Amino acid sequence: MSSYKLSVNGEAYTVDADEQMPLLWVIRDLIGLTGTKYGCGIAQCGACTVHLSGAPVRSCSFPVSAVGEQPVITIEGLSEDNSHPVQRAWIAEQVPQCGYCQSGQIMSAVALLASNADPDDEAINAAMNGNICRCGTYPRIRKAIKTAAGYSH
Amino acid sequence: MKPQDISRRNFLRQAACSGAALTLAAYLPAYGHTTSRIINPVTDGTLPGTELLSWISINPAGKVTLMCNRSEMGQGTFQAFPQMLAEELEVSLDDVEIAFAPANPEKYGPQPQEGSFSVRGWAPRLLHTGACAREMLIEAAAAEWHVSKNECYAENGTVINRKTEKRLPYGALVEKAAKLKPPAEVNLKKRADYKIIGKSAPRKDIPLKTNGSAIFGLDKKLPGMKYAVIERSKRFRETVKNFDDSETRKVPGVSHVFKVNRPVFSQYSEGVAVVADSLWAAMQGRKVLKVDWNDPDSDLPATASLEKQMHENLQKIGRHSKFETEYERCGQKLEASYETPYQSHSCMEPLNCTADVRADAIEIWGPIQEANWIQADLSQRFNVPIERVAVHMTFLGGGFGRKAFPDYPYEAAFISKEIQSPVQVVWTREDDMTAGPFRPGAFYTLKGGLDTQGRIHAFQANTATQWIGQEWSATPPGIPEAAGYNTGDFEGLLHPYRKGIPHYSFGGAGTHSPIPVMWWRSVYASTHGFACESFIDELARLAGKDPLAFRREHLPDPRYQALIDRMSELTNWQSHGKNQGWGAAFTECFTGICGHAVKITRNAEGKVRIEKVIALMDCGWYVNPDIIRAQVEGSIVMALGAATLHATTFEDGKAVQQNFDTYPMPRIADIPPIEVHIMENDEKPGGVGEPGLPPFAPALANAIFDLTGRRIRRLPFSLDEIS
Ligand code: FES
Ligand code: FES
Repeated sequence: MSSYKLSVNGEAYTVDADEQMPLLWVIRDLIGLTGTKYGCGIAQCGACTVHLSGAPVRSCSFPVSAVGEQPVITIEGLSEDNSHPVQRAWIAEQVPQCGYCQSGQIMSAVALLASNADPDDEAINAAMNGNICRCGTYPRIRKAIKTAAGYSH
Repeated sequence: MKPQDISRRNFLRQAACSGAALTLAAYLPAYGHTTSRIINPVTDGTLPGTELLSWISINPAGKVTLMCNRSEMGQGTFQAFPQMLAEELEVSLDDVEIAFAPANPEKYGPQPQEGSFSVRGWAPRLLHTGACAREMLIEAAAAEWHVSKNECYAENGTVINRKTEKRLPYGALVEKAAKLKPPAEVNLKKRADYKIIGKSAPRKDIPLKTNGSAIFGLDKKLPGMKYAVIERSKRFRETVKNFDDSETRKVPGVSHVFKVNRPVFSQYSEGVAVVADSLWAAMQGRKVLKVDWNDPDSDLPATASLEKQMHENLQKIGRHSKFETEYERCGQKLEASYETPYQSHSCMEPLNCTADVRADAIEIWGPIQEANWIQADLSQRFNVPIERVAVHMTFLGGGFGRKAFPDYPYEAAFISKEIQSPVQVVWTREDDMTAGPFRPGAFYTLKGGLDTQGRIHAFQANTATQWIGQEWSATPPGIPEAAGYNTGDFEGLLHPYRKGIPHYSFGGAGTHSPIPVMWWRSVYASTHGFACESFIDELARLAGKDPLAFRREHLPDPRYQALIDRMSELTNWQSHGKNQGWGAAFTECFTGICGHAVKITRNAEGKVRIEKVIALMDCGWYVNPDIIRAQVEGSIVMALGAATLHATTFEDGKAVQQNFDTYPMPRIADIPPIEVHIMENDEKPGGVGEPGLPPFAPALANAIFDLTGRRIRRLPFSLDEIS
């Protein structure tokens, strides 16, 4: 057990955790932010995607000891009121079905749009292929990313 | 529908959160019982079940809360149910809140979420309930104004006097209305007058799912709650010989290690639970746990032996002599076999359940598809009266049939009872993917003969599969002496074929295996549909006819002919060049009829790629077209995975695939453009969540034949290997 100082969604937290404990469980069970989901635990599904210094990472496979000073942003950090353009686009295109994968999908999409304001299908495929949606909302995810890109034009 | 027993005693006055809300509870009479439970046997020819509906709550400020008694796993019931209630209640969807109803068959009727049943099963009752409540509110206003009811009408949460134009909001009327006797009969709106039904109202659950605030089973937290994971037997139906937890107990946070069981209907297996202060600690403790298992008393299934058994069983199905005579008379004959694998449900949210068991009461929270069933199961197994078993539904991160199986709530309750503390039991992805139940694999032989006009004269479909009913009884059904003749149904096959084909025969043989099996989205239709609709295509080719025209010729029913004609239009079917690679297929299950057309091409490397899927759904009267489109899109993605990407195989009595690395899922780059169209007609409401899945695999296989001349007979197959 060690003590870690983390910045999550702009708030400072101190947690006591095993150094190997994945960031996912720190966020969900120690900090209590449950929007980030567990889907596979082996970096295959993307349900646990959060931003570390702005880059998407699979928090299920990222030990808390490796976070260091890097700020963490989770789905809760985008906006509470769904005002973030990607959240708005997700609602406009009625993307979620069961919704379980969607925190991860949205975090991947936000990171994509931050680096590419107008992604084409190829760029969307490349950025989003790590996120599984068992409900099959992919056609709407594609559409919503384009819609969100349109909002910021 | 005429109410026969709507009485005042059923209008419950309840204190709700606001302190003064009233609940209007309409007891609707569909089955005429007042006290029977859904698990009672049918005794008098009526269906068992209590239809006490207690759905609508209005507080003095006029806030309307509508209860949704169905679980929400993405299928949109959370939206469709309130749409139906709000339409007749005359309130705007913007002004209502939706809440999950807990398991309570007396109040909300049976609550299983399966069989694509939500809209098709509940529409009449919900429309009626909304209308009853509206009429009572109107009556209360009329009494207030001392005028006749007929002078008043309701609109947007308000009752209005036609003559004086006086208005009273529902909130001011609800207290009086709740004391009134519900009307014996109500007029329901005409479809043309609907303001809410038939429109794509945005789903109310979606904003909760875009900011992380929706509470799924895994997100439930209780004060003092512990976490548990279970080392379950890897081989099916194993029991624990002994275990060594010395290392496990050294893991900081681990508090308990003990043996648990997993009874499922008549089946039984065991495991060892590791309980800890955090899920991570429980997982770490499990890693160092050592368990010795007793050999199971059944054989150890392996895919090779299961397949051998299915092949042999197909041969053992008795022939029906009348059918055989007719088949032998045919000038052109064809026989073909098809093979489909076991599949995992792999809901995105792995199984989990949270339980708090006290001396005389059980309370559970979880992603639950079968609230009543689980309530009854827990009541019986723990010997706690059913009214002291509270089952709360959270949002479900997928269900697909799996979350109707009552094993995971049982484990949670068992562990909570043992440790005398609230607990959340979490299945890892590996647990979820290997323990089953699975969709059973199914093998088929089909044979068909054509008459001199190139029409089907005789058609037979035989299957060997592991029947889902085996979970309920110790011995699965065996092999019938003879296949049926001009009788029965073959789930997935369009019903009118049985009129259009003069001689048909269906047969089936059960596989013996300890593998747990269960409904998987669209159930048998998911595999039957592949076999039947591939074979019909083969027969069309044998007859030298166009596959759509050939189907139409054998479907003597205008509704089905309209479906084929519309598909023909949507795909510009007649204008396809010879080598364009188009395939179509049509199936029906749970009263939803659906067709898919798939267009494929060869890419620059000569590989086959899906260019487009066009889906056409006929689910009759419907509530929310956008939800239908979403369900069909999702069904196609799920079917694409099952047809071309993954399967569960078995070795040495256990499942081989454990996680998404070996059970690959479709990903965004795999998904072609999908167009979904809905048939407009006034047929009864039909299922939506499942019927959109089965046509995909045969439509794709038919397209591959069209382009390459190669017939797909076994699923899954890799698109990369088709050239
Ligand atoms: S849970 Fe992290 S990638 Fe699946
Ligand atoms: S919405 Fe259910 S898994 Fe993506």
